[in-house]
Amino acid sequence: MAVSLSFAGEALEPLACGALHWPAQATLFVADLHFEKASAFARRGRLLPPYDSADTIAALIDALEVTGARRVVCLGDSFHDAGGPARLPEGARAALQALTASLDWLWITGNHDDAAAAALGGRVMAEAQLGPLTLRHEAVPGATEPELSGHFHPKVQVEARGRRIVRRCFAVTATKIILPAYGAFTGGLWVDDPALAAVLGGAALAYVREGAHLLRFPVMPPRLAAE
Amino acid sequence: MTLPTPIADWFAARGWAPRAHQLAMVAAARADRHALLVAPTGAGKTLAGFLATLAELAEQPGEGLHTIYVSPLKALAADVQRNLLTPVTEIGLAIRVETRTGDTSSDRKKRQREDPPQILLTTPESLALLLSYPEAATMLAGVKCVIIDEIHAFATTKRGDQLNLALSRLQTLSPGLRRVGLSATIADPEAYQGWLAPDADASAVTLVTSEPGAAPRVDILIPEDRIPWAGHNGRWAARAVMRQIEQARLAIVFVNTRAIAEIIFRDLWTENDQALPIGIHHGSLSAEARHKVEAAMASGRLRAIVATASLDLGIDWGDVDLVIQMGAPKGASRLMQRTGRANHRMDEASHAIIVPGNRFEYLEALAARDAVLAGELDDDDFRPGGLDVLAQHIFGLAAAEAFDADALYAEVRGSAPYAGLARAQFDAVLNFVATGGYALKAYDRYHRLTRQKDGRWRLTHPKLAAQHRLNAGTIVEAVTMNVTWGRRGRRLGQVEEYFGAQLRVGDSFGFAGQVLEVTGFDGPDIHVKLGRGVPKIPSYQGGRLPLSTHLAARVKGLLNAPARWTDMPDDVREWLEVQQRVSRLPGRDDLLIETFPRDDRWFMVAYGFAGRNAHQTLGMLLTQRMEAAGLQPLGFVGSDYMVAVWSLQPVTDPRPLFSPDVFEAELADWMAASPFLRRAFREVAIIGGLIDRQIPGQHKTGKQLSVSSDLIYDVLRRHEPDHLLLTAAWADARAKLTDIARLAALLEQAQRAMVLMPLDRVSPLAVPVLLEIGKESVPGAADSALLLEADALAAEAMG
Repeated sequence: MAVSLSFAGEALEPLACGALHWPAQATLFVADLHFEKASAFARRGRLLPPYDSADTIAALIDALEVTGARRVVCLGDSFHDAGGPARLPEGARAALQALTASLDWLWITGNHDDAAAAALGGRVMAEAQLGPLTLRHEAVPGATEPELSGHFHPKVQVEARGRRIVRRCFAVTATKIILPAYGAFTGGLWVDDPALAAVLGGAALAYVREGAHLLRFPVMPPRLAAE
Repeated sequence: MTLPTPIADWFAARGWAPRAHQLAMVAAARADRHALLVAPTGAGKTLAGFLATLAELAEQPGEGLHTIYVSPLKALAADVQRNLLTPVTEIGLAIRVETRTGDTSSDRKKRQREDPPQILLTTPESLALLLSYPEAATMLAGVKCVIIDEIHAFATTKRGDQLNLALSRLQTLSPGLRRVGLSATIADPEAYQGWLAPDADASAVTLVTSEPGAAPRVDILIPEDRIPWAGHNGRWAARAVMRQIEQARLAIVFVNTRAIAEIIFRDLWTENDQALPIGIHHGSLSAEARHKVEAAMASGRLRAIVATASLDLGIDWGDVDLVIQMGAPKGASRLMQRTGRANHRMDEASHAIIVPGNRFEYLEALAARDAVLAGELDDDDFRPGGLDVLAQHIFGLAAAEAFDADALYAEVRGSAPYAGLARAQFDAVLNFVATGGYALKAYDRYHRLTRQKDGRWRLTHPKLAAQHRLNAGTIVEAVTMNVTWGRRGRRLGQVEEYFGAQLRVGDSFGFAGQVLEVTGFDGPDIHVKLGRGVPKIPSYQGGRLPLSTHLAARVKGLLNAPARWTDMPDDVREWLEVQQRVSRLPGRDDLLIETFPRDDRWFMVAYGFAGRNAHQTLGMLLTQRMEAAGLQPLGFVGSDYMVAVWSLQPVTDPRPLFSPDVFEAELADWMAASPFLRRAFREVAIIGGLIDRQIPGQHKTGKQLSVSSDLIYDVLRRHEPDHLLLTAAWADARAKLTDIARLAALLEQAQRAMVLMPLDRVSPLAVPVLLEIGKESVPGAADSALLLEADALAAEAMG
């Protein structure tokens, strides 16, 4: 069973962790890492477990080892807020700096973070082009160029034998792939949510990587309609 | 025992005499004793509770808060205010009686803190909030009496933990405080005396009981002597139920879950040839919708109302003369309580009809009737207080004023649910409240509590107090979406978010007794108009209680008393007789296990009578062990009475499969990954103040403002498996969702008295559970396997 999908003439492989692997370019795409989300909450009195950045980096390192990718593109909202890089615990900071130093590392900026991540190494851009792929944080509705983005944190709900199963998913159309959120504490938006449907603009599929299988679920028509 | 003249005159003027238990409550108060009153509905319980207060205020009028009354329901507090004002006015007492609940305006609450009434009527939640204000100490310093109404409805729950901690606090603020509990009939009053008492000392509480009420009349409805093999809610008897409603003045039709309320309402409506006015009442309807139905009941505009536990407690909403229980009641106490809703005069028999859903439920209905007539109720399951509730309590106290940890520990230990709390546990909770309680010290800058120079603990920032008050409380609901009429219309109620997320514009669903068509969505709001056709019915988490241990024993008793069979409907009697012939009946103290082949599979059925939660957990355990033994299990299904497991290989020696050794360890991984523990974790994380409660209508911007408790659970389990909140979640899941204690008892019984019956085909007693296969979701199956199956199905359907 193929675990790749064909997009803009390229073979791209969704991984279970939420990264998208492009073997031909030894590139790994991830979206919405939201580093230091827990400490952002702690500042407001909600003392969430302070392990989210470490876990997110650990998952990323696993994916890099499995794929052997040499380039990482973070599709925005890499930090939960602009103060995030300054709050990064020492261990996580060192691990991230080691990664940006040894790999070709690109931060795309998002709506939560800004160029502050540059302090950790790597390049920072608002938008980028890699081969046929346009890389940006938030998908542009109606754009015709093949585009990878994040921002929406898509997730899908599947009913089977009376059980509801929820997974992060890749929302895919002919010209767009919206990646799931990668961060340990990042929640999701239903893939059939009107906000997401408006951006996807037409028939979409939700892809879920489950072990050695790439599962594909049709996205129901949008929930929104005129009253 | 003499009452002050104005009160005695008031009784006399109405031609009444105070009842013995009412005077006994006044006597207890004069002797400065705490007191618990156990009395049936209609015994004048509320007046009995307040009489001593009224007498004291008549003799020594004074300003300042005298008595706090705590009720489980806001509506009950309002109702008591009305009922109390009548005697207060007629006796001519200059007493202010005010309510303080979630519905009270903040201006009024502030005024009450500065100038309290003599009698304050409130709920556990509002009392806990009151304790979080700096003015609380002054306001409550002189309070003489606290009255806990419907104490049986609280004591074993987290609301009870919260209330009991508040009692301890009140006792510190006002050492002379007298505690009064009012209860419906209960199995073990001494346990409740202990719960009510300072330091759990039952002997400090005087027990007052009223004379018993008239014995109720309980019938079991079996139209034409036929009863189905399967089903749980008595839908099959809708026509006969409607005929009963036609004969009654006002009937309450009790069901066991909110989804079934919607279904039964529709069934009854179909049979409602005379178009009688029927209403529906359950906890997911908006307060406005519920109040409308209650008002219609009270004014006699309704002939029947389909209701869940939302009507178990409370007020005389109208002249109810018949209670119908659809499906088995699952507990004798619950049946007793519900029966009491019909007829509120204790000297008249109330009338209830049980409509069993299947043959086992017939036996259960009979057992419940026997128990109620014998006055034997279910034992309540008292548990140590929740650590999450304690965390919330500590934070609330810190919001009021700085505290000393040693003194607070002593005060908390004085609260019955926490009497056994070790100092190390207390310190762990305090540390969690202050710092999050993580091994990794990452949050030095963000601590919530800090120690002052004098060693006392205080909040680090006043903003935290406001945050606490917004999130306090121990009732945690599932994430919901609002159902509203059109874009700006009235709110009808809520459905759970997962159900709402599946709906599409044009879909129909059954809610509030109507068919609704979805017209649009706006964030957490679902807009609807009246629709038609056969709708989907929303389902809700939880709601189904397992069969009580007491009733289970009684059902086994009936199976072993053939003399009783002669009065049973033919269907049931023949069912038991054939079972006796082809296999045998489960004994009172043994564990019957049957094995038989069917459809190229081998079935094993164990008649544990331990309730569906314990049986589902047992099913999980058995399939794990059968897998390890190479028996190739394929699935299992559990009911309240038994569990069935099927496999490719036959089970010849079940004994090792039921070994009680290390079963908890074997279940640990499954539990940790199961939805049970995740659900329990969400609850403790909200109560414990780790994450914010989602307030309906405020989660429009959702994903950035909240963190899913599932994600926190996964991270915490990886890094700190012994974290306080995980411990608390385990305790809840063990007790409430998986019933580990009952499972352990069952496994012990299996070692002692297992009876194995190898059969060549299915036995009559096993049929009901086999008919549940495919209807019940199986909590054990791996999500991953189900996802692959769903994908394959989709692929097949799409070609």
